[in-house]
Amino acid sequence: MKGRYELRFAGSGGQGVILASVIFAEAAVISGMKTVQSQAYGPEARGGVSKAETILSREPIWYSKVTAPDFLLALTQESLDSYSKTLAAGGLIMMDSSLRLPEGLDPAQVLSVPVLQTAREVVGKAFTANIVAVGAINKALGLFDGETLLEAVKRHIPAGTEDINRRALDAGAELISPEQAAAFARKWG
Amino acid sequence: MSKAVLMQGNEAAVEGAIAAGMRFFAGYPITPSTEIAEQSAVRLPQVGGKFIQMEDELASIAAVLGASAAGLKAMTATSGPGFSLMQENLGYGMMAEIPCVVVDVQRAGPSTGLATSPAQGDYMQARWGTHGDHPVIALSPSSVLETYTLIIRAFNLAEKYRTPVLFLMDEIVGHMREGVELPRPSDLIINQRKMSFHDGANKQCYYVPEGQYVPAMKPFGHGERYNITGNAHDESGFPTNSSEIAGKLVTRLLDKVEKNTGDIVRVEEYAMDDAETAIVCFGGTARAVMDAVLEARAAGKRVGMFRPVTVWPFPAGQLRARLPQLKRLLMVEHNHGQMLLEVQRAVGREKPVDFLGRVDGTVISPRDILDKLNEMEENGYAQ
Amino acid sequence: MPSDLVHLYMRIDHLPQIWCPGCGNGVIMRDVAVAIHELIEDPALNFNREDFVVVSGIGCSSRAAGYLDFNSIHTTHGRAIAFATGIKFANPKLHVIVLTGDGDCSAIGGNHLIHAARRNMGLTVIAFNNNIYGMTGGQYSPTTPNGDRATTAPYGNVDRPFDIANLAWGAGASFSARGDVYHVRETIDIIKQAILHKGFSFVDVYSVCPTYYGRKNKKGDAVDMLKWQRDNLIPTARYYSMPEGERKGKKRIGILAYNDYPEYTEEYAKVIEACRKTGGEGEEARE
Repeated sequence: MKGRYELRFAGSGGQGVILASVIFAEAAVISGMKTVQSQAYGPEARGGVSKAETILSREPIWYSKVTAPDFLLALTQESLDSYSKTLAAGGLIMMDSSLRLPEGLDPAQVLSVPVLQTAREVVGKAFTANIVAVGAINKALGLFDGETLLEAVKRHIPAGTEDINRRALDAGAELISPEQAAAFARKWG
Repeated sequence: MSKAVLMQGNEAAVEGAIAAGMRFFAGYPITPSTEIAEQSAVRLPQVGGKFIQMEDELASIAAVLGASAAGLKAMTATSGPGFSLMQENLGYGMMAEIPCVVVDVQRAGPSTGLATSPAQGDYMQARWGTHGDHPVIALSPSSVLETYTLIIRAFNLAEKYRTPVLFLMDEIVGHMREGVELPRPSDLIINQRKMSFHDGANKQCYYVPEGQYVPAMKPFGHGERYNITGNAHDESGFPTNSSEIAGKLVTRLLDKVEKNTGDIVRVEEYAMDDAETAIVCFGGTARAVMDAVLEARAAGKRVGMFRPVTVWPFPAGQLRARLPQLKRLLMVEHNHGQMLLEVQRAVGREKPVDFLGRVDGTVISPRDILDKLNEMEENGYAQ
Repeated sequence: MPSDLVHLYMRIDHLPQIWCPGCGNGVIMRDVAVAIHELIEDPALNFNREDFVVVSGIGCSSRAAGYLDFNSIHTTHGRAIAFATGIKFANPKLHVIVLTGDGDCSAIGGNHLIHAARRNMGLTVIAFNNNIYGMTGGQYSPTTPNGDRATTAPYGNVDRPFDIANLAWGAGASFSARGDVYHVRETIDIIKQAILHKGFSFVDVYSVCPTYYGRKNKKGDAVDMLKWQRDNLIPTARYYSMPEGERKGKKRIGILAYNDYPEYTEEYAKVIEACRKTGGEGEEARE
């Protein structure tokens, strides 16, 4: 893994992209990596654009904002259209499969995954979409081992919701085929 | 597994405050400081402390001063609009010498401004916001861990000098999460309030022995009966119309900070030993400056960072000590040039001082700073 | 020669007080001292003088805190109740008494009054209500009657006034009462009950300001103003024994509202207790 890796999570308020971002930062802390997590949001508690960022590094991190992320999760068309433009060279995108691929993007750098549908129909609760996404992202990028990620999730969910969140995490991971993971992991290096 | 925990800056302010002995918080919700109130509401009753959400910021600072007068270490947290509302009672706390900590997580202003966007536009307000000549101690952290350790220092200074201490955060640090390894409680130094000089000689509650600056009365309910007022007062704590006593009082209030800058003022310097260019910054801005310094150094440029951790009093002496080696200075801050004025005052005409600021709610990046350094170079560093 | 009461409870060095001849504020200050004295002296109670804290804001009324020999804090304009909230919550065993004025507690500090009433923390707030801003020289206050004159109402006051005792009651005060400076014994008893009341208590004491309000409005001298109180402010028992027709234009003094709502600091103590029982990770646990 290169020195500094920047992840951006974008969606609308209420989709839980900030929590997804926090979970990766937590997993980084558990594994002894350096991390900085931050977010930007509008006045809306629900709706509007919500953006969260996690920086992962082996070295101390100073500047805490992401300018050209190596990875983007987009759960709404608006966030995909605007943030896909600011990706780093060779950056990767995971977009919800309900969205349209913006023009000018190389399909090879994009993974279209039914995050929202899986949360609704497989896990059975739409609000687990962020955890489904966490499972899928972790599998695709090969960031953390399963135990570390599960511990990170547990530190940020209400007591009594462990089972459904574990199912969401697993359902997310299953959305990524070994071939896709291999393709993405190559770009990661 | 690492011993580090993931913590947000605002959360670290609460944990540090509790470690320092904070047992009272009164506040009013305002972005981007609200997590400090929320976390205080969760944590204080767990340690036997008290949290109250007041009807506004005027009431919040008043309740904090009341709680401190009754003996608890007390804090409030707010952002620009609320900080403006607190100014009158901040002056009261300074005049009546009631310790407390006031956190201002700065956001872009003026007025309601950009509520969720970072800025550092309250720097001069922190110094001059309340009316009249008054002492000010203000500290500004640039990381989550430093928020924890520095707010402990804020409480220590508040108790030692019996004055409200301002803790100037910004949205960058307040809303950022980092992995931090907190110091062990046994490694912390915690000051307690001096509870009276009385050795039978002088019973005046605001009595200050010769050569000292800070009175030491007990809190209310500890067996001494006395008066506290925001009026000019004598050592008994009662209002006076004597110009001599009033003049001496205000002078002592100012002196207790000005004559103790050696104890109060702290600066962080990075790569300054052989620096020819000093980038001056404070708070969350330091994070971009650090990256810029590292990159400039990698390109062979002799650039260093000079960061006041104590932002009031401004560390003019420490900055002046660096002037002989410097060819130029660059002030970088998220405002239209506030600390810049203090830098210019310290530097005078001895060295050119350039400026990079931002007031649109976005964050100055390392690239912006490097571009500015290049521009300065191309211009031959002319003013 | 000052009376024993004055020797006991007032700071002789700081007397005589600055109030004008005929001002009602001295009467209210004495009422407060007598009420506290009688509570301390009552063997059935366990009141300790050192546990009293007198809090005031700014204005004529607020000078009283400095004259009374207790722990005292003379705060900023309008904020006395908010300071008092911090003092009481920090140390609930203290008896916190706020001495305020009509401007201090119902104009600049009106927000703190209604929220303190709602919160029901055990403070006692005594308003010295003289219908005018005296300290600044006679401007109309929130209790200046409509049509009356003040330096800032030279053609008659256009505002409608507050009845502050009713305001506190309406805001949920568990104890709200009205007293005056003519009915001294009744008012002392009301103040005693207010201090004994566990929750928030408010006493609106009608003072007299012959210098500004009286003179501007041709109310006569201090004696005339007291006579007006005698004839128009009626203690509760007598008020209800009067034929209804005779009550017109008169006001009742006494307790207007009384409720046994839970007291704030006691309720919060339960929160602390519950946190400790459920093992909320406290500092102790951490160290």
